[in-house]
Amino acid sequence: MKSVKILLAAAAASSIGVSAAWAGTLDDVKAKGFVQCGVSTGVPGFSFTDDAGNWQGFDPAVCQAVAAAIFGDPSKVKYTPTTGKTRFTALRSGEIDMLARNTTWTFSRDTDLQLTFVGVNYYDGQGFMVPKELGVTSAKELDGASVCIQTGTTTELNLADYFRINNISYEPVPIETNEEARTNYEAGRCDVYTTDASGLAATRAVFADPSAHIILPEIISKEPLGPLVRQGDDQWADVVRWTLNAMINAEEYGVDSSNVDQMAQGSDNPEVNRMLGSEGDLGSMIGLDKQWAYNVIKNVGNYGEVFEAYIGSDTPIGLERGLNAQYTDGGLIYAPPMR
Amino acid sequence: MAVAESHMDQGFTFSKLWRDKRYRGVLMQILVIAGLFAFVTFIVHNAIENLAALGKTFGFAFLNTPASYDINQAFIEYDSRSSHFRAGLVGIINTGVVAVCGIVLATILGFLFGVLRLSNNWLVSRLVYCYVEFTRNVPVLVQILLWYGIIVNSLPTPKVAAADHGIWDVIFLSNRGLYIPAPVFGDGTWLAGIALVIAIAFAIFFKIWAKKTQDATGKIYPVFTINLAVIIGLPLLAFAAMGFPLTWEIPELKGFNFKGGAVLKPEFTALWLALSLYTAAFIAEIVRAGIQAVSHGQTEASYALGLKPSWTLRLVVIPQALRVIVPPLTSQYLNLTKNSSLAIAIGYMDIVATIGGITLNQTGKEMECVIIVMAIYLAFSLMISLFMNWYNKHIALVER
Repeated sequence: MKSVKILLAAAAASSIGVSAAWAGTLDDVKAKGFVQCGVSTGVPGFSFTDDAGNWQGFDPAVCQAVAAAIFGDPSKVKYTPTTGKTRFTALRSGEIDMLARNTTWTFSRDTDLQLTFVGVNYYDGQGFMVPKELGVTSAKELDGASVCIQTGTTTELNLADYFRINNISYEPVPIETNEEARTNYEAGRCDVYTTDASGLAATRAVFADPSAHIILPEIISKEPLGPLVRQGDDQWADVVRWTLNAMINAEEYGVDSSNVDQMAQGSDNPEVNRMLGSEGDLGSMIGLDKQWAYNVIKNVGNYGEVFEAYIGSDTPIGLERGLNAQYTDGGLIYAPPMR
Repeated sequence: MAVAESHMDQGFTFSKLWRDKRYRGVLMQILVIAGLFAFVTFIVHNAIENLAALGKTFGFAFLNTPASYDINQAFIEYDSRSSHFRAGLVGIINTGVVAVCGIVLATILGFLFGVLRLSNNWLVSRLVYCYVEFTRNVPVLVQILLWYGIIVNSLPTPKVAAADHGIWDVIFLSNRGLYIPAPVFGDGTWLAGIALVIAIAFAIFFKIWAKKTQDATGKIYPVFTINLAVIIGLPLLAFAAMGFPLTWEIPELKGFNFKGGAVLKPEFTALWLALSLYTAAFIAEIVRAGIQAVSHGQTEASYALGLKPSWTLRLVVIPQALRVIVPPLTSQYLNLTKNSSLAIAIGYMDIVATIGGITLNQTGKEMECVIIVMAIYLAFSLMISLFMNWYNKHIALVER
């Protein structure tokens, strides 16, 4: 079925009208009245459907923020669940306008696949999860193990490299989605599940007994995850990029969804004033109205709020900010100034 | 007729292009060919233009770059440093292996069930009827997932399987696969190989000789029994003469998995069983139709001539039934081969999963990869068609 999707997407890629290098996505989005956003097929905390069937989570929040920036309404998003294999084809063929799907920013994706990563919203690394009863304490002890791995991902390549360099043999068990990986891991088809450490934590959180599984200390790769768009439409890339930056800056300046109304009246921080539109008109520079960043913070929240709501330490996922703390707190989250 | 001929003699006028049957036929053919040509041109042009618009190039150079991913079932040497081309080869072989194994098992089961379906035993024929109706009415993808689910979820993990001692501690069935001892041939096996070649040569010669003798004298030799004995016996004798240079590599639990021996992986087994059982249901119906198509008078006539029942079946019924069976059987073989692309659902690394999946994803060469995959399935299908058409001709009724 997945292969059929790819075929269709490939066919679509060859039959869609020639729109000169994909300019004008913002106008298209405004005209159709919603953002078509690619998300994953489901990773607890990062993207999942709630009881009402709406997509929620750390990744869909970016889509909602973009919709809020453009329309002032975070619900004007339509979602397309994509697998590791279908995501880029879906984006490049124009099936979706943006992809917010724990996707690693790499050189070849940025250049050869002609995608534009607009930033990083989660600094991650690839890890390993094993059942505690196996008594494994390090990835170096995994010789001969069966490893569940999502195909079409960077983790698949990292895994091959890591085990080859360390001269460890293994049996790859290729799997399409996080959900299938979880069932196969639980059934014991594989001893180890490897993906981004955040994904492991998210997956472990929904196990019947999370404490029966451990995440090994080795982090074998850099996985900067972030939203991305097609290459060749700088205006659209700017909209998504600065929406994300606004969320990050808002946290740094202490603007959140509860105090944004008051801050929007004007504050003694000119940076905040420019961002929220009480001074100057940054919005018009990217084809949006003055209120764009206000709408994002008001409706979706700042970066820290989104993090804590879906994957933070108070949620079942229980991720610490760590690398993903603001740079002022010793993390890597850092956005260029709003000027 | 005379009128029509004189009509044509009047020479060509434009109105004849649609009034005259002959000219109209030619005109239609030209129009269709022109239309087809225009359509193909449009498609190719459109593809080139859109690739250019996306800023993509078209080429197969990516096949030489390292694939960088591992494949769990490779019958040729392969590691993550091998090229995408080699990964593709591994995929092609995996597709071929499951297709061939599937066709063999589906044929055996299909013929068996087809005959049983006609059994006079009510229970047997009803059971087969239920099997046929169930399997051919449930989508094959669901059956693949079902088998995979059963294997992975209901079989024990390797540790438990090893603790239960398997079968005499040499055969282990776990959710990582069925592990059996693998034969390791020592020095001296070559003699058995030579003996096998000699035995086969003898068998062919003996068959021809027996046929000639029968034609000339009417004397019948038990060709099949003798040949079977020779083909099995001679190599065995040679093997014994060399002192049985054979050892077995027994699978053993080492760390996480069994090591050594031969293994049937769950992905392969699930796909193989599901495809075989699904296709066998269709083949069973084809076989039943074929047998029922042979008139009962044929059987009675051959009995009247004094042929034994087994000969009647082999010499009278089956040759005639095969003529009905083979053409639709070809379609079933083609279906099975193409259905094997559903392997991707359970992570069996066939051509769709390697070139059409991971390679496509890592290199972004959608057009090229899809073209390769389509070309390969086409090649597989054409090969099967060629063989089956040859076989069909071979068994076709020879008019005398």
